[in-house]
Amino acid sequence: MNTPFNFHLTKFSNEAEILRSEVREFLIDALKDIPKETRAETWYGADENFSKKVGEKGWIGLNWPKEFGGAGRTSMERYVILEEMLTAGAPVGAHWISDRQSGPLIIRYGTEKHQKELLPGILKGESYFCIGMSEPDSGSDLAALRTKAEKKDNVYIVNGTKLWTSGAHRCQYMIACFRTSQEEDRHGGLSQFIVDLSLPGVTIRPIIDLAGRHHFNEVIFEDTEVPADMLIGTEGNGWNQVTAELALERSGPERYLSSYILLQELVNEFSSRNDDEGVTEIGRQMAHLTTLRQMSVSVAGMLDEGANPALEASVVKDLGAVFEQDLPNIAHRLMGLEPDANGSDFQRYLAILTQISPSFSLRGGTREILRGIIARGLGLR
Amino acid sequence: MLNETSQLLSDSVERIFSDHVTKECIINSEKGEWPKDLWDEIVNNGLNLVLVPEELGGVGGSWFDAGILFKAIGKYQAPIPLAENITAGHLLSMGSIQLPENSIVTILNGDFSIKDNKFSGISKRTPYGSSATHGVALITNKNSSKIILIPIPKGSISNDKNLALESRSTIDFHDVEIIGSSEVEFSSDYIFKIGALMRSCQIAGGLEFLLEQSVQYANDRIQFGRPIAKFQAIQQELAVLATHAAASGVAADYACLSMEDGCEDLAIASAKSRVDDAVSICASIAHQVHGAIGFTYEHGLHFATRRLWSWRAEYGAGSYWAKFLGEKAVASGAKKFWPSITNGKI
Repeated sequence: MNTPFNFHLTKFSNEAEILRSEVREFLIDALKDIPKETRAETWYGADENFSKKVGEKGWIGLNWPKEFGGAGRTSMERYVILEEMLTAGAPVGAHWISDRQSGPLIIRYGTEKHQKELLPGILKGESYFCIGMSEPDSGSDLAALRTKAEKKDNVYIVNGTKLWTSGAHRCQYMIACFRTSQEEDRHGGLSQFIVDLSLPGVTIRPIIDLAGRHHFNEVIFEDTEVPADMLIGTEGNGWNQVTAELALERSGPERYLSSYILLQELVNEFSSRNDDEGVTEIGRQMAHLTTLRQMSVSVAGMLDEGANPALEASVVKDLGAVFEQDLPNIAHRLMGLEPDANGSDFQRYLAILTQISPSFSLRGGTREILRGIIARGLGLR
Repeated sequence: MLNETSQLLSDSVERIFSDHVTKECIINSEKGEWPKDLWDEIVNNGLNLVLVPEELGGVGGSWFDAGILFKAIGKYQAPIPLAENITAGHLLSMGSIQLPENSIVTILNGDFSIKDNKFSGISKRTPYGSSATHGVALITNKNSSKIILIPIPKGSISNDKNLALESRSTIDFHDVEIIGSSEVEFSSDYIFKIGALMRSCQIAGGLEFLLEQSVQYANDRIQFGRPIAKFQAIQQELAVLATHAAASGVAADYACLSMEDGCEDLAIASAKSRVDDAVSICASIAHQVHGAIGFTYEHGLHFATRRLWSWRAEYGAGSYWAKFLGEKAVASGAKKFWPSITNGKI
């Protein structure tokens, strides 16, 4: 057996490094008034005004083809924007999903009508999408989803519930996976739709998370009439489309940088102390960060080459989640400070990241699912 | 996707090692026998000269090419000082000194002095000192560094071994005639850094071996009426092993590539620290999956794990390099932290 992974390293171009300076410059001003908690949340933090400014810069859809209004630049260049925004604590949450996966999905599977009507709003940072996959009885086992879309004349009538829908309350659209028929193959009979969330029969209810934030939602469909031409891709091909979408969801820098701010704050704290244990632990985490970054960048490079790095993306996401989940515990061990929402900057960062860190190995595929994918790649299943 | 030279080197080393580095070869070497056939094959194919420029009779390869060979040493547990000879070739070439014919070179570790063109000092834990014909040392004074080539006098060696039973000798040099000497622009810790790079790559290769062996064993071993690979508990463990082996390969590659832009502290220190963490996790999982059989001398798993446990401590353990990184980071301050990661420079 040869190793099933193929991480060949890629360097950023000069153009990408020029773009990096521009992004850093832009963020100094754009982040002036963003509160600490929001900055610690990175892509959980949403600010529509900020998203519009990013759109004005032309930094949404950076790697989309020009014919669709994108900048036609590389995945590597897009990567630079993402990692600079995340490490600076930019509130990118509003446009994050539409830039990362909804737009690319519409470009790949959408009709000309979808593309003309929906892409410009995404590019401007004004139109936001959420992902309608999970349901009450369908978490890791996505194929168990039950929300039905039944065709009647020129509409599909939708009944069922989507759960854990991040940001649905501030999105105009959901790209949802519904069951359009009952097939023997449980992966069959699924189809994707673009659902306008302002349609009659759609109810969005908040689910408050353990940190007291409204991030998740429950989205209920009761005889919702979705126009038939809002089906995206091919009826019954939902499983394949969703799988392709998940590959985009698993490889980015957001999969290891969520707690980055704590490491930077530790560097700050230990600059004025004489503490070998702390300094050594900081260095150890730097080594992990440096390596994860090279792995993640390598996946972006493979995307530019047209390869399918789905397996490599799972490796990065699993290692990345462990790294970003470890950091709050390491920060606790080294500093011994109480996480306190009203305390010092460090305590506030620690408060938010300690609480949201359990989600890092749940969102976008649980640790166990990812390791199952890796095991399959190793020929064990 | 490798370029032509890299592919050729990779194919040659895989062929030579899979032909020659048998279990018998490793066992004999542990007993102190020099694997002459294996070494001759390496030298005949010029693999020891990968970092020597073509004009000096070498291959003119890159550090990435050298990394391919370093990793192969770990993957096959080849009991020869190939990594040390490749590095010696680089060090001597930088001083325009030719490698002597039919030499087996090692890298000397210690404080040395030169008086009247005679070399003195004690080299400790010298890799393959028992077989080496020549040694390379770096002597640094305030203003200059010199790369030195000297013969290893018989009778000056006291042999010792590391955990993997690789020769790690103490050599006492007393007024030994210098064969080659040249001014170079290396920092005093240059050899130590390159040593960390070599061992990081070797470890990455060793972890690849652990992964392959463990997957193979899990697919072959039947318990409860099926291969143990079919149990989720085993699958999840092996997936973890795979992620750390993959990370180590990337950390090692990054360190090699950084050598092309000058010897970069960040990449090398990160590599040694990262692979050290990986060894703890991967060796534990590999032995757990293999069960009792992997704990026997008869089974070959320990040829890799004993090397990994030795190598992770050589040329600075992970904790040494982590402290090195951490000290630089806190000295530069939080504002420069992220830019140092993106620049690859600390």
